[in-house]
Parts: sequence; C-alpha cells; structure tokens
Amino acid sequence: VNMDGQGVTADPQLQQFIEVESQKQRFQQLVHQMTEVCWEKCMDKPGPKLDSRTETCFVNCVERFIDTSQFILNRLEQTQRGRGSFSETMSE
Amino acid sequence: MDNFTSDFSSGVGSGKMDTGTIMEQVKVQIAVANAQELLQASNRPARMTDKCFKKCIGKPGGSLDNSEQKCIAMCMDRYMDAWNTVSRAYNSRLQRERARI
Repeated sequence: VNMDGQGVTADPQLQQFIEVESQKQRFQQLVHQMTEVCWEKCMDKPGPKLDSRTETCFVNCVERFIDTSQFILNRLEQTQRGRGSFSETMSE
Repeated sequence: MDNFTSDFSSGVGSGKMDTGTIMEQVKVQIAVANAQELLQASNRPARMTDKCFKKCIGKPGGSLDNSEQKCIAMCMDRYMDAWNTVSRAYNSRLQRERARI
C-alpha cells in the first residue's frame, strides 16, 4: 500500500497511463493547431480531393512550423543569456 | 464487476478494476474532446466549422443552398484529409528528431 500522499496517482499503472494519454493529447493539440494554420496557407477552394501540390504544402508547412518554433526557442535562450535584442543575434 | 470500492491505494483486485474503469472513462472523454475541437465552438470558433464557413458561405442568405451544402461537405472531407496529412508529417518529424538523440 503506497501512502506517499499523492492519492490516486500512487497507482503506477494509472500514472503511466496518464502520462501516455497526456502526451497523445499534446500531439493531437498540435495537429489541430497546425492543421488550422496550414489550411490558411495551403488551401484554395476545397475540391473533390487533396491534390499533391496542396498535400506537399501541408507537409512543408508542418516542417517549417516546427523549425520556426525551435528557432524561436533557441533565440530566446540566447537572448536570455544577455546578448541583447533578438535581431542582434542574427549577425553571428 | 464484483467490487466497486474506491480504494485506489490497494493495488489488488478491486483497486485494479477501478483503475481500468478510470482509464476507459478518460479515453472516452479524450475522444469526445477531440471531436469537439473540430466541431463545437468553445471560446473561439471551432476549427472545421470556421474554415468551411469562410470557404463556402459568401453573403449569408435565408438558408444554406445546395451548392453551399455541397461545398461544406467537400470542405469537411478535405479538412480531415489535411488533418491526417499534418498528423503523419508531424509524426515523421518527431521520429526523425528522436532518431537524432
């Protein structure tokens, strides 16, 4: 009997389940978000199917979205180390 | 379906049964939330509804005419196609990132 004060999450099986489901949820949320954003960039008039050019646009959009996110995180990290403004770091 | 005690700390018999029930309920709730994400308005317009309204409805009339309805139906299918494409692309990217570590 585990009485470490965590209550319900003392069950390791439940704990793991929660972590896995949370991760899946984060994934789903990002798919929702990227689909919405990339729809604006890639979709013209909805047709009878997704043509290959549009599909490629969506794939590129996902990749560039993640690249953008990583770029921003990296620059934020650098500027927090006292290197000044965002655009100053571009001269490296 | 023998025992419905809510003793989560036991880890034996009855405790495991409740864990399983909890898991099932959580999965159902997540599935419902996911569908709502696409369809229902929360504090901002629902994604699919919003996008298809924008693509298909010009000047709002007294009802949805046939061409508008056809457009919305096609738009829904294309939105799900897009969602699946994005899901696959994101999954590939995540796998590539993990392979690098």
